[in-house]
Amino acid sequence: MSRSAAGSDLTVRQRLSKLDVATAPYVYIAPFFLLFAVIGLFPMLFTAYVSTREYGLLSGDAGPAGIDNYAFVLTNDRFFIGLRNTFSIFLLSSVPQMVAAIAIAAVLNANLRARTFWRMGVLLPYVVAPVAVSLIFGQIFADQSGVINAVLTSIGLDPIGWHSEVLPSHIAIATMVNFRWTGYNTLIFLAAMQAIPHDVIEAAIVDGASRWRTFWHVTVPMLRPTIMFVVITSTIGGLQIFDEPRLYDSAGLGGNSRQWMTIAMYMYELGWGPQRNLGRASAVAWILFAIVVVFALLNFWLTSRIATSGTPVARSRKKARA
Amino acid sequence: MRTRLFTGVAATAVAALALTACSGGGTAGTTPATTAGSGTSGEQITLTVATFNEFGYTDEMFAEYEADHPGITIDHQRAGQSTEAHENLMTRLAAGGSGIADIQAVDGDWLAELKPLSDQFVDLSSPDVEGRWLDWVEAQATTEDGALMGYATDIGPEATCYRRDLFEAAGLPSDREEVATLLDGDWDHYFEVGRQFKAATPDVGWFDSAGAVMNARVQQLPNPYSSTTGEETIIPLGENTQIKELYDSTLAAAVDDDLSAGLGQWGTDWINAFQSGAFATMQCPSWMLGVIEGNAAGQTNWDVASTFPGGGGNWGGSYLTVPAAGAHTAEAQELAAWLTAPEQQLKAFAEAGTFPSQVEAQESSELAAATNEFFNNAPTGEIFTERAEAVESQPFKGEHYFAMNTIVGEAIGRVDVDGTATAEESWNQAVSDADANIG
Repeated sequence: MSRSAAGSDLTVRQRLSKLDVATAPYVYIAPFFLLFAVIGLFPMLFTAYVSTREYGLLSGDAGPAGIDNYAFVLTNDRFFIGLRNTFSIFLLSSVPQMVAAIAIAAVLNANLRARTFWRMGVLLPYVVAPVAVSLIFGQIFADQSGVINAVLTSIGLDPIGWHSEVLPSHIAIATMVNFRWTGYNTLIFLAAMQAIPHDVIEAAIVDGASRWRTFWHVTVPMLRPTIMFVVITSTIGGLQIFDEPRLYDSAGLGGNSRQWMTIAMYMYELGWGPQRNLGRASAVAWILFAIVVVFALLNFWLTSRIATSGTPVARSRKKARA
Repeated sequence: MRTRLFTGVAATAVAALALTACSGGGTAGTTPATTAGSGTSGEQITLTVATFNEFGYTDEMFAEYEADHPGITIDHQRAGQSTEAHENLMTRLAAGGSGIADIQAVDGDWLAELKPLSDQFVDLSSPDVEGRWLDWVEAQATTEDGALMGYATDIGPEATCYRRDLFEAAGLPSDREEVATLLDGDWDHYFEVGRQFKAATPDVGWFDSAGAVMNARVQQLPNPYSSTTGEETIIPLGENTQIKELYDSTLAAAVDDDLSAGLGQWGTDWINAFQSGAFATMQCPSWMLGVIEGNAAGQTNWDVASTFPGGGGNWGGSYLTVPAAGAHTAEAQELAAWLTAPEQQLKAFAEAGTFPSQVEAQESSELAAATNEFFNNAPTGEIFTERAEAVESQPFKGEHYFAMNTIVGEAIGRVDVDGTATAEESWNQAVSDADANIG
């Protein structure tokens, strides 16, 4: 190869390579955004459009509806029953789940024998399909023939109306959710704990901090970004909860008094139930979206606050500054 | 370049996986019905048949048809429950029929909402099938323009299933002819015998569920929730005196007289109660025999009597439709006609207890000789033929039938199963639910 030939060759190449450097990153990420535009953004915007139309599942678009769909939903008792149930189940599942996941992760982070076995063990419930989970828990929480009520009556206590009453049904559903998701969150916390530098913890131990103090004042604050991530994702998932309550009985409507019907189930019933009204279902979808955004932001703010105020280092720094 | 292309493909795949994973939920395992046939007629074609629950169609039946019709392959797709099949069908119709099966089984109760969409289905009427079915069966699938939307597969004539041991324990006759005589009469009579039964054995329910009784009684009304003068007009639930009367008398018997075992049908408690013997009788369409046999496996006391309170009753029954969007509608219609012919209906009955809707099949000696070992060798063919004759008509089921019936069913359930409301409170709730959610 002569030098001159290589030189002219290089200019083309250089141009190409410049172009490559400039565009390649966008090309690499483009597939995700293209797919997101098609199956994420477009349906979302189309749902917003549908929510302002009289739109039947089978009959299609039948003209503008203005805010009628939103007005119907916001004046319907069932929407508010669904709202109550969704938040109740969300709190009953997410709060115990966080606490348990951090505690189990701390235990798994210790030097255990057969570590991989225990770590995989906590993930096992997550692998079980929700349908199978609801079958198993269906036998446990059955009102007349269930395991728990059999135990309660055998020791002389009153049976609990796991399906007939509001709070017990929420507890039962939250138990199913916790069964599936605690292990998943545990592994996320475990990964974060392993990323904490050892010298920080060693320094705390050298300073004479007890195990509990080390955990509470060193480990937990250093988990803050992870806690925020898990809280946000479980807020999004928890407020959209559908599978477990839908499979809690054979009818799937949320009970005779809709005692465990969630917002997502209400949306599904409006769209695919007897009304087949996609306009109203879309209105519920957007109201739910707004609620999720508000609560995700609220939780983001809360967790960042709690985690900061819990750090003695941060406190002492503030004092020093003051 | 190759690596870059590969990276692009991999990224797309990962993104697709991530997105589908996020959108998971809702659809519980129904495989999409695909029309795989690509050739023209004479070529190799595939017909998809989408059914649900148990239609009694065996692989041998399809193999027989394939052997007689070279070039046709049949793909049988079964959904677990009818609700799944229903949602699947509705979603595909909403999408203009894309991916719909060549033959789509539908429940008789869906026809009211499908009739306005009759354009999306092939009109199956033909001289070959005239007079093939019972009149009311055919009428249910016929549109106002006279188009036949589906070929009927089976019907659900109702008899009474009962436990011999529990009847004996209460000092009642337990032989199936004697039971038929004992229970012969209207619903008040059925409740009266129940009170006698209850006086002798207070711990056992006379029937399983007030909801099931109510539903059976609603099926005997010509116009339960709407009148058909001209166009369908919903009767507001608060003014529906016929339903209120049935509601009051059913709950009075079920709860005040304690005749009901308080079980919600299809729930876990209901299924388990077949083993514990929590109730003595239940309303029993022919297809229910298979359900009882499954739930009460190992029990030897179940029997079935040819009697039903208030005359005849029908619960359930299905049809095979041919969606117009299919690629091979002519071949599909031929297959649907074959599947609903007498020979195949009798085979399906032997397989799954789906009682034939065909006049000729009902008159066959094969059906008359059919017995059921689990039900103490009861002559089920004879019993259900008799019960089918007692059915005179079907209630008018309009667009809002299902929604209204669900609200009334929930009202009954609050009192009978949950025990969280009195009959009057629950009725008022149902009236306001109906006002707020129907129409």
